[in-house]
Amino acid sequence: MAFKTEYAQVHGLGKAGEGVHHWWIQRLTSVALVPLTILFLIPFGRALGGGYEALLATYGQFGHALTAILFIGVACWHFSIGIQVVIEDYVHGKALRVSLLILTKLFSYTLAAAGILAIVKILFSA
Amino acid sequence: MADVNRGNRPLSPHLQVYRLPLVSNLSILTRITGVALIGGLTLVIWWFVAGAYSPGYFAAADGLLSSWFGILVLVGSLWALWFHFCNGIRHFFWDFGKGLELESVSRSNWFVIGGSVVLTILTLLIV
Repeated sequence: MAFKTEYAQVHGLGKAGEGVHHWWIQRLTSVALVPLTILFLIPFGRALGGGYEALLATYGQFGHALTAILFIGVACWHFSIGIQVVIEDYVHGKALRVSLLILTKLFSYTLAAAGILAIVKILFSA
Repeated sequence: MADVNRGNRPLSPHLQVYRLPLVSNLSILTRITGVALIGGLTLVIWWFVAGAYSPGYFAAADGLLSSWFGILVLVGSLWALWFHFCNGIRHFFWDFGKGLELESVSRSNWFVIGGSVVLTILTLLIV
């Protein structure tokens, strides 16, 4: 670190201090969501409205549980950085902006954890 | 810059009085559907959490989501999802500089609109 010039330490990082990392994660998660959306929707749509037996019959299967966990995890990640961009674009007061960003992160991580934990529990109780 | 006349210069049309082209409206709609989909995702996760909580709670959640109102919300979310999906793929190609010519954009506009409707109907037929 000490042997790097000042320019080299900031090169490519931009004003936000993390360069294109955010942009790249948004693309990565959207590409991952293309197959995951399709794989998630079909078993979910079939189980919906079928009662508790249909839930256990569908998400007691390892493959369906895995796709649902991946879909929920990646979708919450994609949502958290997507909402971050919307807040950064439209909310200008610093206090409100930072508060909303914190709320967005906490909400999306809670949503992901709740969904994943629920599916794991359903998988083991089937 | 006191000598600059700021009063009589022509103004460029403000966003609110400017009739946006279809492609811009679709782009804005992608953002709106993205934000709105949080509601759909929260409902889906609530359905799973209810399933992990107890069979009785799940029956209530499953019943609400498959009632006419639940179906209305979910079908709306489904269309929003496919719209966001289709225009997201288009934006992905634009990021790599593909399909940015005017003719190509006006063609892909209709692919996005048509694709979102067709995929919604197709999903409803499959599930």
